[in-house]
Amino acid sequence: MFARGIKRKCFDGEEDIEGTLAGFKAIPSYNLKRQSLLDMSLIKLQLCHMLVEPNLCRSVLIANTARQIQEEMTQDGTWQVINAQNTGQASLDQLASSDILCRSTKEQSDGKLIPSYSSFSKDFEDIQSQDIISDLSTVTSVQASRNPQGNVWEMENSPENRGNFQKSLDQIFGTLENKNPNSVEDLFSDVDNSYYDLDTVLTGTMSNTKMGHCDVLESFSSQTTTNSNINELDHIILHF
Amino acid sequence: MGEDADTRKINHSFLRDHSYVTEADIISTVEFNHTGELLATGDKGGRVVIFQREPESKNEPHSQGEYNVYSTFQSHEPEFDYLKSLEIEEKINKIKWLPQQNAAHSLLSTNDKTIKLWKVTERDKRPEGYNLKDEEGKLKDLSTVTSLQVPVLKPMDLMVEVSPRRIFANGHTYHINSISVNSDCETYMSADDLRINLWHLAITDRSFNIVDIKPANMEDLTEVITASEFHPHHCNLFVYSSSKGSLRLCDMRASALCDKHSKLFEEPEDPSNRSFFSEIISSVSDVKFSHSGRFMLTRDYLTVKVWDLNMETKPIETYQVHDYLRSKLCSLYENDCIFDKFECAWNGSDSVIMTGAYNNFFRMFDRNTKRDVTLEASRESSKPRAILKPRRVCVGGKRRKDDISVDSLDFTKKILHTAWHPAENIIAIAATNNLYIFQDKVNSEMH
Repeated sequence: MFARGIKRKCFDGEEDIEGTLAGFKAIPSYNLKRQSLLDMSLIKLQLCHMLVEPNLCRSVLIANTARQIQEEMTQDGTWQVINAQNTGQASLDQLASSDILCRSTKEQSDGKLIPSYSSFSKDFEDIQSQDIISDLSTVTSVQASRNPQGNVWEMENSPENRGNFQKSLDQIFGTLENKNPNSVEDLFSDVDNSYYDLDTVLTGTMSNTKMGHCDVLESFSSQTTTNSNINELDHIILHF
Repeated sequence: MGEDADTRKINHSFLRDHSYVTEADIISTVEFNHTGELLATGDKGGRVVIFQREPESKNEPHSQGEYNVYSTFQSHEPEFDYLKSLEIEEKINKIKWLPQQNAAHSLLSTNDKTIKLWKVTERDKRPEGYNLKDEEGKLKDLSTVTSLQVPVLKPMDLMVEVSPRRIFANGHTYHINSISVNSDCETYMSADDLRINLWHLAITDRSFNIVDIKPANMEDLTEVITASEFHPHHCNLFVYSSSKGSLRLCDMRASALCDKHSKLFEEPEDPSNRSFFSEIISSVSDVKFSHSGRFMLTRDYLTVKVWDLNMETKPIETYQVHDYLRSKLCSLYENDCIFDKFECAWNGSDSVIMTGAYNNFFRMFDRNTKRDVTLEASRESSKPRAILKPRRVCVGGKRRKDDISVDSLDFTKKILHTAWHPAENIIAIAATNNLYIFQDKVNSEMH
């Protein structure tokens, strides 16, 4: 089960996009939005270093936003949920952007962190955004295994802010379109996993950069992106 | 280029709107000089165009006080940094005029990396009557020279000459976002994302670093410098703003390196408005001292704020520029509009503040009456010399005629750069590649 043992606040009175099941459906909706915001931020950061002259201010702001989201997810406990469930082979159909972005190549080849998509999908067939949920779990598994001691990020957000976050996010995401997850996955199924865990990005473990002028992002992948990757990323931009 | 540039730049006549915009023509900065007689614009192609105000004449009342092209020159060229394999954009980020000290005008223009001091001089006389050369400059046949004459200065067509007097290069690793001339008229500062340097106007091979916020470990970087300015009267004081929404007032007398601020201006976050975008929208895109030197004006994504130098805890006034965008922040993050850097401006008497917005709208706030107005800078909506009609953005509910709904705003039409004449009610608005100059004929004098 996705959120075994974790109690969730009931979001009575909060609007959600689908508008039917109030409590349970609002939860993945919030996580969905938050996750897609994180995905968007990571992609923006990636694209930064492909430009000739990345804008340092913009990069810093995006990185801070992504960090904030991760802090909240860590605090929620959603970041640590899937620690023990790393069995089975990842279905290529269910690979999604966050997985690509948050995994380093090394980890994948080691076979250490292969989340069990199949078990999740069975439970969540009813939910429209099931694929995104599995993305979330992938992200959490990656992060959790890399940081078994706990989260890297400082936990600044106090519990009472969480309710405010929810309200603000609902306002903010009011205009967010529901992307068709399948198309995104198709795009990514062939993409080389030279993408990055946010940790890797920010701890600068990567070397051999022929990047631009954005010191924050000098830590991006040591692998030079191939032309096919660049093309696929162009596709991704269009979808956003 | 000449005449085409003129007609493209100033809307004295109604021209068919060309939807094609050359990227190089996009105006990137606008600045009046200290008297308001000259107006300089810089563009993405590295060019500077200076406009001069025609003196008012009774003969042609319509052309009184109009601005016409005075000089055009190429300030910066694209460069290539071979070490980093990077192109350095020639886009002019900022222009600042030096106070006029003789017949010549001087200005500083900067791109991402290099600042240049340009001297603008007029030549309207030339010597005639040489003994050895004729009018074309060819040597005369000496046998024809029978007497000596003294060359005299005769009037000629006005020629404006611009020459680069100083080039201040290699001072910045990161992109320069601001320059500001000190009231001592001898020094100026330039700020990039992480550092601020102090230069002497006559010395190009050295500069002093006065602020450095680069962390030892770049992975710890969470805040950058977004704008900075010298105090208009106190040559030891300057302010710089950050991407986290704070302002730091620094005193250069305190220490050589002003990492420690004298005053920190920061408004505590409103917890009811907290979101993942809070930090981004709090990032200050522009800071300007009032002419009096008592206040500072800051622009962040959704508001303009007036700060009193004597109060660090919060601004004394906050004006909503386009609060209807607050519910659209996610889309604006997606399309990067949330990172747009809008500038702000005071009028000469510090009673009205102005800033740009989207859809070619710009806003003015009267600090005394607390009234505000939204105006549009576009050819479609205003014929030359017509009075601008106030615009309104409706957010649902009752919609009046001529209202624009939030969803039909054009986010590609942004007014980032505006300037206000130092003494009169004349404003310059840069809308992409067009420059609009508006005058308040009724209330020409400041009040």
